Amino acid sequence: MIHTENLTKKFGDVMAVEDLDLDVKEGEVFGFLGPNGAGKTTTVRMLTCLIAPSHGTATVSGFKVGLQDTDIRRTAGVLTETPGMYDNLSAEYNLRIFAELYEVKDVKGQIDKYLKMLGLYDRRLDPAGTFSKGMKQKLAIARALLHEPRVLFLDEPTAGLDPEAAHLVRDFIDELKKEGRTIFICTHNLDEADRLCDRVGVFKTHLLVVDTPANLRKSVFGRKVVFHLRFADEELGRILRKLPFVREVKVVDNKLIVTLQDPETQNPEVVRTLVGAGADLQFVGELRHSLEEVYLELVKAA
Amino acid sequence: MKKIITIVRKEWAEVFKNRMVIFTVIFLPLLLTAIPLGVLYSVRSTTPASSATTQLPTDLTQSMCPTGLTGSDCMQVFLVSEFMMLFMLVPVAIPVTIAAYSIVGEKTTRSLEPLLATPITTAELLVGKCLAAVIPAVLATYLAYGIFAFGSWIILASKILLTAIFDLRWMIAIFIVGPLIAVLAVAFSLMISSRVNDPRVAEQISMVVILPVLAGFFGQVAGLFILNARLILIVAIILLVLDGVMLYLTTRVFQRELILTRWK
Repeated sequence: MIHTENLTKKFGDVMAVEDLDLDVKEGEVFGFLGPNGAGKTTTVRMLTCLIAPSHGTATVSGFKVGLQDTDIRRTAGVLTETPGMYDNLSAEYNLRIFAELYEVKDVKGQIDKYLKMLGLYDRRLDPAGTFSKGMKQKLAIARALLHEPRVLFLDEPTAGLDPEAAHLVRDFIDELKKEGRTIFICTHNLDEADRLCDRVGVFKTHLLVVDTPANLRKSVFGRKVVFHLRFADEELGRILRKLPFVREVKVVDNKLIVTLQDPETQNPEVVRTLVGAGADLQFVGELRHSLEEVYLELVKAA
Repeated sequence: MKKIITIVRKEWAEVFKNRMVIFTVIFLPLLLTAIPLGVLYSVRSTTPASSATTQLPTDLTQSMCPTGLTGSDCMQVFLVSEFMMLFMLVPVAIPVTIAAYSIVGEKTTRSLEPLLATPITTAELLVGKCLAAVIPAVLATYLAYGIFAFGSWIILASKILLTAIFDLRWMIAIFIVGPLIAVLAVAFSLMISSRVNDPRVAEQISMVVILPVLAGFFGQVAGLFILNARLILIVAIILLVLDGVMLYLTTRVFQRELILTRWK
């Protein structure tokens, strides 16, 4: 649905995006992660034909960026970094303008549908300037969806929102995901990316890595299992290190943190070894690294 | 065409909530109508019948005063002619106020990016914004002229004088030069608006287009030239060419990428 090859953007001498190769499948939710100034917004702007690539190619919904820009604009929805509403105009009129520009057939029907879905229908006649930040963001999402785009670009959809508003927006994105739309999310919120995205790409001027959040955790940190004991010492750690499949053992308080390739098949052997060595095993759990830790590790390495 | 209408309606819905714009659109035409009417009213009762022939230059009386006008009538024709250039401020000042806010206002509210992400073309967007500024200006000019004509009809008793005042020069000025000068002002304002980030700066710089009109007014008052139908027609042709050039330049200056990436 979204395909790029060597997509590059330079502003003077500053390289904003370098040789980006990307493939986002239809119906996929793709998270584009990166620090401030990494080039995420520039990438979205290139893919939505707002700015032209310096070189490289890109297609969105099968249409070529630079050659079929109007077709791309017709089929893609964009939530820009800031909602950018006409504050003096009502919420309904804000949507009407865009519905007409997107050549929506049932203007009123579509406006009402999304205002209701996002809980803004009762405030539809109020000026957008009287809305809270969260409401404006929801209104901007409605605006991006009026023409029922199959591809949706969301640039920081929950940035600056309070937890409740962010939760509502995330739930709504989850609903859109269920409808089978292709969603490209730029975000700093790694918890959000973890929950919503099928795959994520970590980006800092160029693409560092693309994978599912689970695979990224595995490839960066391996999988770690925590064995809680009544008493743990270095001797138990030394015993476990002798097992051929154990990659690393750390003893922290009365816990053994063991890095394994395949915990599902290797855990029983570890448990047997610990019990055989006289350890009092209390319980076993997996140590889950947050996507944030994975991200920081990757960005630091870059 | 539908997208252009959408932009025009959107612009009007937005700008006519701005008090400064409403003030300019209503107050300026009224002021510039009231001044010549006031002059006509006062001159009517104070000018002696023979004064025109002695006070006005001969070439002026020959070119402006048809035979059959008294000296007093001729003086009134001359004075009202002096105000014709001032009248041209209406189609310049109104669209400048509207158009200067047009692009830069969208920049400051960050509404331009979602707008540019729609399938609207640059030409449709600029034509929409241009019409949104030109139409009120032209209508205000016509309305002001209508009020002026009606007021003159009430004030002036002489039919010959009325015919002389509403002659070909005025028709060309109001119905041809007015719209052309409005388009020029809007194109200039849109160009400035595309390149600056503050609506006030855009408006102040755009107001530069008023200077040639004021220069024309003072030049005429100083007797540097006489506004006759031929000269106004020449001005109209020059404006037509300038409009074409300015509109072309406006579309060249309006670069989506620069506007999006350079605003702060």
